[in-house]
Parts: sequence; C-alpha cells; structure tokens
Amino acid sequence: MKILVCISCVPDTTTKINFTADQKEFDTQGVQYIINPNDEFGLTRAIRLQQSHGAHVTVVTVGEVSCEQILRKCLAIGADAAVRIDAHPNDGYFVAKQLEAICIKQPFDLIITGRESIDYNGGMVGGMLATLMQLPYVTQCVGLEINGDQALMQREIDGGNEHSKANLPVVIGAQKGLVEEKDLIIPNMRGIMQARQKPLLVEAPLTIEAKSQIEFYEKPKPRGPVTLFDPSDVDGLLNALQNQAKVL
Amino acid sequence: MAVVIFIETQNGKASKTGLELLSYGRSIAEATSASLIAVIFSDSDTQELTDHGADVIYTVDTATDSNFNLERYSATLSEICALEKATIVVVSSSSEGRYLGPSLAVKTGATYLSNAVALPTTYNPLTVKQSCFTNKGFAISESMSSCTVLSLSSNAFGIHPQPGRGEVKTYPYASTKSKLEVTKVEHAQESISIADADIVVSGGRGLKGPEHWHLIEDLASTLGAATACSKPVSDLGWRPHSEHVGQTGKPVASNLYIAIGISGAIQHLAGINASKVKVVINNDPEAPFFKAADYGIVGDAFEVVPRLIEKLKALKKA
Repeated sequence: MKILVCISCVPDTTTKINFTADQKEFDTQGVQYIINPNDEFGLTRAIRLQQSHGAHVTVVTVGEVSCEQILRKCLAIGADAAVRIDAHPNDGYFVAKQLEAICIKQPFDLIITGRESIDYNGGMVGGMLATLMQLPYVTQCVGLEINGDQALMQREIDGGNEHSKANLPVVIGAQKGLVEEKDLIIPNMRGIMQARQKPLLVEAPLTIEAKSQIEFYEKPKPRGPVTLFDPSDVDGLLNALQNQAKVL
Repeated sequence: MAVVIFIETQNGKASKTGLELLSYGRSIAEATSASLIAVIFSDSDTQELTDHGADVIYTVDTATDSNFNLERYSATLSEICALEKATIVVVSSSSEGRYLGPSLAVKTGATYLSNAVALPTTYNPLTVKQSCFTNKGFAISESMSSCTVLSLSSNAFGIHPQPGRGEVKTYPYASTKSKLEVTKVEHAQESISIADADIVVSGGRGLKGPEHWHLIEDLASTLGAATACSKPVSDLGWRPHSEHVGQTGKPVASNLYIAIGISGAIQHLAGINASKVKVVINNDPEAPFFKAADYGIVGDAFEVVPRLIEKLKALKKA
C-alpha cells in the first residue's frame, strides 16, 4: 500500500500573529514553523499503517526551501520519502492542482491531508484534490481502518459521528481523534540519523493560475478591559449579562 | 445573475445557520441586483425561506438517501448553479458546509473563499474579509473567477428576516453513483452541539477531575448551553475530544462563552475568539484569560458555579 501525506508548514501554535507595516504580508520574523497539527495526526496514522500493513509513506509539501526542515522532521518521524514542490503555496486551488500532478505521476492508495491548516484555515485542499481526481473524500476524519482494498472511515459531524466505507484509493482530511495527542511520535536520534539518508526530491511546479489572492491583512481590534465581579456578587455578573451584554 | 444558498437542514427543517445564510445572501442580492436562490434537500415548509429572503426555492427530494452525500449534493448544486448562472454561492462553516464548499468550487470552476466574516466589500472583482490564523488575524482576499463559493463564518452576520419572492421549484437529485457508502450515523444523545449553541459552557483543568463535571453540565443545562472543554482536559481523557475547543479542536462562535477553570492559552483563546461575549471564572488573577474576557470573577469555581446555577434557576422561575 502506498500512502501520500500532504504536509503544510505553519507557524507554531503559540505564535503571536503580526503583519508587515504595509499590511501586505504575514510577518515571519522570529516565527517558528511546525508540521500543521492536523497533518501530523494524519502522518502518525500513516506511520501506524506502515507498521501494521507494511505501507510505504511519502510526504509532500508545496513550499519554498525553508520547508525542507519540516519534511526532514516527517522523515525522522518515520516517513519513507519526501517530495517538495518548489513553489509558494499561492492558494488552496493552486496547491490542490500541484498535488494532483504528483498523484497522477505516481498513484497512491491513500491520500491524507489535514482537515485544515492552522494558518489560513481554508480546509479546501483535500476536498479539491478528491474532486479533481474523482475520489471518495472524508474530512474531519476521526477513524480510519484499512481492510483489504477497503477503507472504513469515521467523520466527525456536528453532534455525532458518521461511519462510511469506500474502495481505495480515498482521500481523507485528518484531525485530532484519528490518533490521540499521546500517540504523536517524537523523533529519536536513530530516526533523525536515518532521515538524512532518505530521499527528498524537489519537483518543479506546474504552471497554474491561483484563483484568489490576499490584498491585505488586518489584526483583530484590541478589546476593552475585563469587568470583574466579586465571587459573592454573581447577581452583578448575571445583571451585566442580561442588561448590558444582552446575551441571557 | 444569481446568488445561490445551500440551506442545511435539521430534522428536515432549515437550520439556524441556513437562515443566517439567507440574510447574508439577501444583502448581496440587493447590492448586486441579483436573485436569491435557496436550495434545500428536503420537502420542508418553504414559507420560512421566503420570509427570510429567498426569491426562488429549489426543493430537492433525496428520497431514501437521508444522509448528507458529498458527491450527490455537490453534483446537484453545481447543476443548479449553472442553470441559474450563479456568480456567488454561499455555504455555512458547519461540518457540512465546509465539506461541500471546496468540492462545489472545483465542479463549478469557481474560486473558494472560506470563513467570510462580513459582506463582500467589492463585487467586481469580489473582495471579502476572511478570518485566518484561527481568528488571530483577517485577510482581505480577492476572487479571480467569475463565480465565487463563500463559506460564511457562523454567527458572523446574524439573522435579519426580509421577505423575497418565494417562487418554489423542484429539482431532481443528481443520480451520480456515490463511491462512498455511509454505513451508520451516531448522534450524541440529547446534547446541544457546539456548532449550533448560542451559549457554550467550557471547563478546564481547574475543575480538578472528571468527577466534578456535573458543575459544567448543570450550568449548561440551566442555560440551554453546549458543553466544551480545554485541550488538556481532552488529552487527559476527562472528556471526549469532540468537546475540545481551540486551535486544533472545534472553533466556537457563540453569543456567550463561559470558561471555568481555563487559564487561557493562546491556542484556546484563538479557537473561541469569534464568540461575542466571554466570561471567565478562575481562581488565578494572573490567568491570561482575564485579558481576553469581557466579564470575569476571580474566585473558586467550586463556590461560584453552584451559586450561579442557583441564581439562574431562581431567575428562570421569576
């Protein structure tokens, strides 16, 4: 079985988000990059399938050379091979088309993306890729078992879970629950050493027009100070919620 | 020109987010002199959709297929979009809306812009403000296609009923053979989902253990609220991860968010930032949440919460 895990390099979850003075760009100064957490849940599931089913796991990202450290980390976690498509990820459609090209060149049985990236929160690459390739797609995926040539999946829906099955190949959008936080693999020294020997291919991008562009950014408006009440004064709090905020 | 809205249903009726989409779509239709087309996969009462702004309502009879079906829904909607020459399509930011949007955009050749938080600022080309970095920032984006699929952040626009023409048509459900077979749908018993709730009551590690969760549940049931939790609580297994709100959990955009015993890590605050009013109860006056909240009580949750429940019950009776 061949698995492709699509990785997005995103600012660490604790990053304070700032934009450049002209508001045109995200200010990357001092920002640490990580594997997008949703993608990491997917990668971990893929490594488990590598161990249980002998699957071959390839990771791919669309990004500049600075993303290679993230791909090396994926290799240290246990992926067998990495591909970097050498382009700035202009928008979700652009990224989906680049990934489609990789999947056409080299067929996969299972394609894993994250539910969404935690930077642009688009949540679109998996759905677009599946639709372009006419493959079944399950996002917010919190359960995945492989049984022969069939995938058994669970999708978290508002207030419940939907179970489904489909013949491989399938595309899933991973999130927490597919594996638990405690299952995430921290690379050990052996993994890090092995990662240096594993292939990291750089591919030229297809020429694709993006379908959207960001004109400028804004930060949320600063909020007023908190209004505090004494622990004995829950009446004061309830009164404020009823008559001032009007939410009760 | 047409604005097409996908109306989600709940027990066969239009959902609250569906009505919010209609209000949003009505404003776009007025601004662009377009017709507002509502598509609902149910044969429910269409009067409510007319009252909320629909000029044309397509009802699609899904017959025996009672589950949301990505392939068939997006195929049906893309046919209707082509028929009506849609320039703007709006879906919600719920599980269904965000599942559907990207697929529909590919099928119709449209641009997809997610998490819109306001009306478009221009229409030719279309520009709209989107939340990004999990509500830690906003991007003002331009669509470069003649048709754009927008997902509207929930509770970002509100419901403002304004009647439309209300012409009702039926449309056949696409016969696309689905490659995905839904085998079972499990619904949590009698709980209000975080996505739909006006009020969310959320607990953190300050509650000291799952055995104290009755405090959260009692307060939530008194308020008719959904229950949620912080990341450490779900990682410790005190609560299911479906309740985890924050950057890697569920986003919350309720009218009122009450955080009890949650210190307010930056990832948590990002996930709940779209809520309108935030209340924090925490015994640590240095907890970062106090900088992000509107109202707060520095005090012991085990004393404050029972008092709050008691007063709310008295208020309800009065």
